[in-house]
Amino acid sequence: MKKRGAWWAWLTFFVGAVYFIVPLIATFEFSMRMKRGEYSFEAYRVVFASSQFQQTFTYSVIVAIFTILLGVFIVVPTAYWVRLRMPHLRPIVEFITLLPLVIPAIVIVFGYIRMYGTNSWLPFLGTITGTNVLLVIGYSVLALPYMYRAVDTGLRTIDVKTLTEAAQIMGAGWPTIIGRVILPNVLIAVLSGAFLTFAIVLGEFTMASLLNRPAFGPYMQNLGANRAYEPAALAIIAFLLTWGCMTAIQFLARYAPKSANRPN
Amino acid sequence: MTDISLSDPAMARKTAPPAEARSVRLPTQWIGVAPFFIFAVLFLILPTMYLIVGAFQDRDGGFTLTNIFKLFEQPTIRQSYMVSIKISLWSAVLGALAGLGIALAIVRGGLPEWVRSSTMTFSGVASNFAGVPLAFAFLATLGRLGLVTILLRDLFGFNLYATSFNLLSSWGLIAVYLYFQIPLMIVIITPALDGIKREWGEAAATLGATNWQYWRMVVIPVLWPSFLGTVILLFANAFGAIATAYAFTGSSLNIVPISLYAQIRGDVLGDPNLGYALAFGMIFITGLANIFYIWFRTRSERWLK
Repeated sequence: MKKRGAWWAWLTFFVGAVYFIVPLIATFEFSMRMKRGEYSFEAYRVVFASSQFQQTFTYSVIVAIFTILLGVFIVVPTAYWVRLRMPHLRPIVEFITLLPLVIPAIVIVFGYIRMYGTNSWLPFLGTITGTNVLLVIGYSVLALPYMYRAVDTGLRTIDVKTLTEAAQIMGAGWPTIIGRVILPNVLIAVLSGAFLTFAIVLGEFTMASLLNRPAFGPYMQNLGANRAYEPAALAIIAFLLTWGCMTAIQFLARYAPKSANRPN
Repeated sequence: MTDISLSDPAMARKTAPPAEARSVRLPTQWIGVAPFFIFAVLFLILPTMYLIVGAFQDRDGGFTLTNIFKLFEQPTIRQSYMVSIKISLWSAVLGALAGLGIALAIVRGGLPEWVRSSTMTFSGVASNFAGVPLAFAFLATLGRLGLVTILLRDLFGFNLYATSFNLLSSWGLIAVYLYFQIPLMIVIITPALDGIKREWGEAAATLGATNWQYWRMVVIPVLWPSFLGTVILLFANAFGAIATAYAFTGSSLNIVPISLYAQIRGDVLGDPNLGYALAFGMIFITGLANIFYIWFRTRSERWLK
């Protein structure tokens, strides 16, 4: 291979780079145009100062944190248990965790609205708290494929059986084993799943909008329908947030162990 | 919970295969996975089944196929499926080809290492940069006052909007979807390209193959399943997406997720069961796509270990 690189490779890369970078530059330029005749960060100031932005953003961050906690609570014990005791269940569990990629979010939330209405046997939608809980549950379902794969990859790099035996010999019960032995060992994997979940949940529109929750996604959509320059500023902010989450994941990957110390 | 300890004879015999029949008989084994299955049944499987069953019921709950037939008969619904399939298919095919081209450039083009690492990092970000903000970015770029529109007008005297160009059309949406489809293709196909071993090229050259023969008879057959599989994944990815399209065109573009959104909001079809059928149609298409995806994936994994 030539060191300089082939001309067609440079050309492809260059054309691709133009397609991907021009919209970012254009959006940034547009977001600076709010004041006539000069470039300013006025649109950003207006966005950050808006109480709606602060409320919906805070709401979505809180929902994202609960989603991550629920996801960890569901996924870590399951992935651990399947690895340790019930490997024959692995295909079924993996199949279920991949279902949210097959069933669109809008269909899942449609099912919720019809199943968990005020007059149903589990009336989540009867109260605001219940609807919030249902939103967190729905987001955990959306994040399931990413969370499960992240945690399962993490578990592959540790010797689950030996760690469990060692903990049991010292008299640990199952909550202690999972919470204080397994979880800290797969923490990096859990965190990278968590950042991905965070990136997905923060700007999610469909579920929040159909459940009528005041989240960041519906707020952005609403602003886009009514304003000119603020949406461009929001697009830049959202891009930077996604970038931050992905950088965190890459950063964590550097600290993740590459393989098991002992073969299983 | 001491009954599930390591004194379990099935665990003591390390070489023994997982005792399937045995674990079924010990209900305590299932406590570990029970929360997961209860969660999945309640919040993933039952809600979906509810809609699927509803799609095959009339108003009184009796079995019927009328709703499914109506999906084909009603012009607006048929149209929305056609537009959705068109957008998803074109954005998947074009995204896959462009993504493959860029992936080939960074893997095989002998470009410096920083090109590859920055492309991969950016692809990771851009493949997750979808939804509402992406629509804003394209409106700010190619809208009537967007930078590209203005630059074309001022620098080249070319008025984009004097042509038949319309950003808020299905082709406009395809161009927007490519912004996350191409990076997703790069993220998935680059490891597959890395899996094509240099030894294969050397072996082919030793046997007297030309470069073209090597590509036609080795590289393309090996890559083909992962390429097709990823096209299908991109298709499903675009088919279920709604946020970008909704923020982009409002409800003016008639695609299935937007029709379904309007139906959930206010039963615009005036027929709840037809609404379920609309949802069933979406699951059916993405489900079919994913069955093909899994099939291609298992075929490609034979070579790319």
